[in-house]
Amino acid sequence: MSAEPAFQIKTDMNTSFRAADNAEPTAAVEPKIKVENLNFFYGNHQALYNISLNLLPQRVTALIGPSGCGKSTFLRTLNRMNDIIPGVRLNGEIRIDGNDIYAPNTDVVTLRKEVGMVFQKSNPFPKTIFENIAFGPRVYGLKDRTKLEEIVEKSLVRADLWKEVKDRLHTSALDLSGGQQQRLCIARALAVDPEILLMDEPASALDPRSTAKIEDLIGELRSHYTIVIVTHNMQQAARVSDYTAFFYEGSLVEFGDTREIFTKPRERQTEDYITGRFG
Amino acid sequence: MQPAQAAPMYADSSSEAAPIERAKWPISDLIFQVCALLAILLALSVIIALLFDIFSDGFHRLSWDFLTSFPSRFAAKAGIYSALVGSFCLMLLTIVFSLPLGVGAAIYLEEYAPKNRWTALLELNLANLAGVPSIIYGILALQIFVRWLDFDRSLLSGALALTLLILPVIIIASREAIRTVPRTLREASLALGATQWQTIWTQVLPVALPGIMTGCILAFSRAIGETAPLITIGALTYVAFLPDGLFSSFTALPIQAYNWVSRPQEAFHANAAAAMVVLLIILLSMNAFAILLRVKYQKRTR
Repeated sequence: MSAEPAFQIKTDMNTSFRAADNAEPTAAVEPKIKVENLNFFYGNHQALYNISLNLLPQRVTALIGPSGCGKSTFLRTLNRMNDIIPGVRLNGEIRIDGNDIYAPNTDVVTLRKEVGMVFQKSNPFPKTIFENIAFGPRVYGLKDRTKLEEIVEKSLVRADLWKEVKDRLHTSALDLSGGQQQRLCIARALAVDPEILLMDEPASALDPRSTAKIEDLIGELRSHYTIVIVTHNMQQAARVSDYTAFFYEGSLVEFGDTREIFTKPRERQTEDYITGRFG
Repeated sequence: MQPAQAAPMYADSSSEAAPIERAKWPISDLIFQVCALLAILLALSVIIALLFDIFSDGFHRLSWDFLTSFPSRFAAKAGIYSALVGSFCLMLLTIVFSLPLGVGAAIYLEEYAPKNRWTALLELNLANLAGVPSIIYGILALQIFVRWLDFDRSLLSGALALTLLILPVIIIASREAIRTVPRTLREASLALGATQWQTIWTQVLPVALPGIMTGCILAFSRAIGETAPLITIGALTYVAFLPDGLFSSFTALPIQAYNWVSRPQEAFHANAAAAMVVLLIILLSMNAFAILLRVKYQKRTR
């Protein structure tokens, strides 16, 4: 199975949907995340085979592929969320800003501050909206009330939720609608000022309108963060991402510019999946 | 919303709808239903007979004087003051000892312990311990606390004996409560960079707390009615003073009742019944509080 990184940076702005709007020559940009020969195991079951790819800062990368292909597993290796599952092993290397995140001296807490995550099912804490967002900064020792209020407002504004909730910050987050809850979770992730945002099917449980809002939001966040998004929705991948990685049975089949992948994929499997012939 | 307008719409459709005929069950089903009903009626009637008996015997003895008098050799003058205070102190100490220990053990088992053969063995034994007869704990407490540690027949020994007794129950109940906290909540907290302890303290425990409290209160209400371990460690049966410290000797409600029942005079039997009424009232209010807690917080957790 071809696990070669099919990654090639295109300087031609026409080949990218989104890279076009800030058309600096991306070839010069140092990748934010470098993954090399990553193998991942749940006990004896190997879930990822020899994954290598580079993710660029201020770009959206979509991970697509049929269920069980390893894309979520891969996403969770980037903030070491897999660590909480007993019996997992991994080899290979993941570097963020040049630092090996699986090195023995890596502080997982600091790593997760840098790499925020939004989950498939919105999971607000059963507390007030304010407390949800203030939780992260508080964990890092911020106690100053005015600063916390500032962060809460800034995060909610950035997640496009401020207008809807500014008058009820101290009511339960569980009273929000599903779409609002998911944006709250995004705001909560932004509150600790991460540089990378991982999203695991963030809109799969939402109605089309809420989905559209999340997608717009991803477009707005793109200029500040490196975003990696797992999605089952091909159109969504095409709409929101600059680059797309197609996973199949634990291997990275193809990785490249989203438009390339969707218009003229190099691999037969990619084409079959995208056109809906399987998966 | 105007109910007056909405009502006819529904009324129309329901008047047209034919009443649903009840499904016909085979006769064997009916027999089983009747048997089940009889079983529950039997159980209920035992409880009702018990309550009726105790109340009819003891109710006339209940008075403020009964609650605030020390025991006496005259049945009419005797009261449960020392037993009531003894039970209260015993409960307080038992809560102080068993709550942190039990919840701590539950947190360890649920959140930290690796899932291997040792923890499986631990869990199995925990379930067994919850089923050990209380007198065994009494004998254990007698040897360890009264003799080896030389705590004597004190309030402290009694509370520690009861702690041993209810610890497995508290651990099991707390684990159940902690286990119902959704994994997604832990993930959300960990993904924000919270440490495991921060996650447990700020997210898991607050959500699990109502469940933990419910289980613990039920365990405490079991402890407050326990007699056997207290008799084994040598709680006194005639105490005309209040406990004045951890190492003070003491008596408790069930002990006092036990003492009175074993006397030949009828009048003391009435005292025993009255003491039982008081114990039952305490027990039922504790259980009611536990149910209240559960109902109140069930709505908020998903």
